[in-house]
Amino acid sequence: MTKRDVVGELRDLAQQVVQLARKAGADDAEVQVSDGSELTAKVRLGEPELVQEAGSRGLGLRVFRDLRQAITFTSDLRPHALERFATDAVALARLSEPDELHRLPDPEHLAREIPDLDLYDESSEGLDAAEALSRALRGEKAALAHDSRVTNSEGATYSRVLGAMAFATSGGFAGGYLGSYSSLTVEPVCDDEGGKKRNGYWWTAARFASALEEPEEVGREATRRTVAQLGSRKVDTSEVPVVFDPEAGRAIVGMVFSVANGSAFYRKSSYLIGREGQPAASELVTIHDSPHIPRAPGSRPFDGDGLPTRVNVVLDRGVLRTVLCDVYSARKLGRESTGSAGRGTGSSPGPTTSNLIMQPGVTTREQLLASTERGLYVTSMMGFGFNPVTGDFSRGASGFWIENGELTFPVSEVTISANFDDLLKRIDLVADDLVLRSSTACPTFRVSHMTLAGRG
Amino acid sequence: MSSDPLSAPFAQGGEYQVDADIARRLLALALERGGDYADLYFEYRISGDFVLEDEQVKAVGRGITMGLGVRVLKGDATGYAYSEDLSFERMAHAARIAGQIAAGGGTAEPVEIKPVVLPDFYPVADPSMTMPPEEKLALLRSADRAARAYDSRITKVEASLVEQIREILVVTSDGTWSRDRQPLIRFGVRAVAETEGKRQSGSSGGGGRRGLDYFTGDGKDAAWHGREAARIALAMLDARDAPAGEMEVVLGPADSGILLHEAVGHGLEADFARKGTSNYSGQLGQKVASDLCTVVDDGTIQSSRGSINADDEGNPGQSNVLIENGTLVGYMHDRLSARHFHVNASGNGRRQSFRHMPMPRMTNTSLRPGPHSPEEILASIKRGVYAVRFSGGQVNISNGDFVFSLTESYLIEDGKITAPLKGVNLIGNGPEVLTRVTMLGSDYELSDGIWTCGKEGQSVPVGVGTPTVKIDRITVGGTRT
Repeated sequence: MTKRDVVGELRDLAQQVVQLARKAGADDAEVQVSDGSELTAKVRLGEPELVQEAGSRGLGLRVFRDLRQAITFTSDLRPHALERFATDAVALARLSEPDELHRLPDPEHLAREIPDLDLYDESSEGLDAAEALSRALRGEKAALAHDSRVTNSEGATYSRVLGAMAFATSGGFAGGYLGSYSSLTVEPVCDDEGGKKRNGYWWTAARFASALEEPEEVGREATRRTVAQLGSRKVDTSEVPVVFDPEAGRAIVGMVFSVANGSAFYRKSSYLIGREGQPAASELVTIHDSPHIPRAPGSRPFDGDGLPTRVNVVLDRGVLRTVLCDVYSARKLGRESTGSAGRGTGSSPGPTTSNLIMQPGVTTREQLLASTERGLYVTSMMGFGFNPVTGDFSRGASGFWIENGELTFPVSEVTISANFDDLLKRIDLVADDLVLRSSTACPTFRVSHMTLAGRG
Repeated sequence: MSSDPLSAPFAQGGEYQVDADIARRLLALALERGGDYADLYFEYRISGDFVLEDEQVKAVGRGITMGLGVRVLKGDATGYAYSEDLSFERMAHAARIAGQIAAGGGTAEPVEIKPVVLPDFYPVADPSMTMPPEEKLALLRSADRAARAYDSRITKVEASLVEQIREILVVTSDGTWSRDRQPLIRFGVRAVAETEGKRQSGSSGGGGRRGLDYFTGDGKDAAWHGREAARIALAMLDARDAPAGEMEVVLGPADSGILLHEAVGHGLEADFARKGTSNYSGQLGQKVASDLCTVVDDGTIQSSRGSINADDEGNPGQSNVLIENGTLVGYMHDRLSARHFHVNASGNGRRQSFRHMPMPRMTNTSLRPGPHSPEEILASIKRGVYAVRFSGGQVNISNGDFVFSLTESYLIEDGKITAPLKGVNLIGNGPEVLTRVTMLGSDYELSDGIWTCGKEGQSVPVGVGTPTVKIDRITVGGTRT
């Protein structure tokens, strides 16, 4: 059976379980079924370290009865087990309390067409463990050979995931799609002064294996990034401009979503509540959530409520335009869903992003750096220091010191802090170097000033 | 089908009962290509969750996962495969796939399989999964009411209860047969306080390998957590900007163990030491912390969230001293690293599920108490930060840099706790920070059961513990310079 047939099979199964739930007494039911297979091959210092290969399936069911709901999941898909599973779910729903909002979406809002976004690489089905190991070996070998200062390795990992999912509801929705993802990560290690090790990594990932960077290129870039950290040191505590490279900056873009979604709004877990239509960032900042980009990592043809997905403008030249909502959070806030529901197998739907992209500016990265007399260039951040309720932001950072418009020595073991509202408003330069490497992406950008805590 | 839904289908009397003969056949298939060692990891997990929001039970959930993971070792290389389907054909298929890591041939000697006698560190008379759901909902309501009653500025309360029973059976080609049933429960409350345009939230929770009665007893019951969440949210309404720069920091007891977990714990997991990629590699017998510091990883603490009767390689849970009076004396091992270092298993081979291979992981990691009273520690600080509650931490294993996020902290001025501070990070280097522990309290406490540790994409429940700790210099990542 090809994977294409699997979607049809999963859709049939989802519809059958919807019927089982209805028969067991549910007013309505939604079923999501997923089927995934993974192949992971890891090498270290030229030898195979791990080959992991398996497929798995899971089914999530949400039932509604008398405006009450229950959410359940199982990996046991045998017919008699599913029957009992559906009956148990309906019984479980009695324990919750009636909520007017626990209803399916209006049928006229459901997705009618499921666009083919070219998310599945059929040719990658043929990859076997030997080939995956070979690609990982090539990446690591190039990393080790590129610079003699590389003394060790955390290895190189090639991974391929093939997935199919289907979603069906008693409201009339039934759909599914395939997705694939291939990636290679290489992680060299160097010895630094004082017995410290410096590890770094580089990676390539894409829905189509043919779009991956060559393993050798990934390995060499991993080594460049790792040796560049040698001699990292703290800098003095001060207020400085902070430049975020795209790898570090996308975490900032992700945090914008964490305070600009319907669930955070109704849970009073966002400092942006009441700020729609008002400036929430500098005019240079425009962020779109774009689900229809062919072959993009976060693209999807319909959302977790069965609604069509659409482009949403979250920030438009700094103004907060759209708070991303699923059906439930939208109802809770008295508005319409933005087609942003995500749903794991066996969890409640909630707002999520597809391809969340901070749009590029007109400055080149070189111009941006050249115009920065001194400051911190951040390549990675650590820790969880963000309070969405207040916007307080404080995270560990490492990267390079900027002096006279150029990157100089590497910096580590410092924190950068600001209120997130101020941080977004202080973005004073956005570069044009956007590349969609991951589902949340941004170009290089600069924040005019943040508090850097380090030495003294 | 087994009549008890909480009993694993692979247990005796279950639909997919696994006996020594089936296990032997699967192990033989796994080793038919010439692997050195194989193990079978059967897992059955049943979980439930209850969420109360806006004074209503918003959702109830339940989940079942079951499967077999097969691991084959050949030298330092691992072959891994799993199956959710426990029919013999599918299990045999997984065994053969995992066995392909070894390219040769050969026949493994059939072994005699014997049950491992395991301790019981978490006897629970009535697992919460067997208790009437109404009792669980009553806990949520009690926390909700307590938080709302605490102060009129509390505008929103959420409460949740998550419970599970995980049954594992590990059979190895060494001939061991280990079976454990691991209950786990976690209760949590979040409260939002609002006044004059200011908004803050606070959270409190607890749990462990315990029954429902843990939240109804004399100690920290459901209502206590409700009040505590409300108290923190209200206290934080007056929080001021935290200072930036290096200063003295005092860590409160219990949850501060997260710092220990990040700063030194991960670096002492022997997979990194085996590969020579941790800054603690090759440091056995050397001074790595101040004389005050004795660090223990203890999987045997009664009912704690991180305790295990058997690890996920079938070895009994143990207590291991890692650092003794400042000297590194041991690492935490899984099978691969124990073999590499020619030491015995330490009971630290853990995994998230049958879909994951085991790694050296912490259980309950503690800093043993010291000679000082908490009062004299605070009194010794001219200006610094007192850290009470944390949202988590992260470490870079290779260089030891770690961060640690505070959600409730206070300024210390002239030996006294003064103003509450906004959320802030501490950043430091693990090996350096442990040499800067200059005072250690006598007030050791184990954390309540709320912590989950993530490593290489795998999550496992853990515990932490410390007394009050004084660190004479660490960078505080505030905004006020």
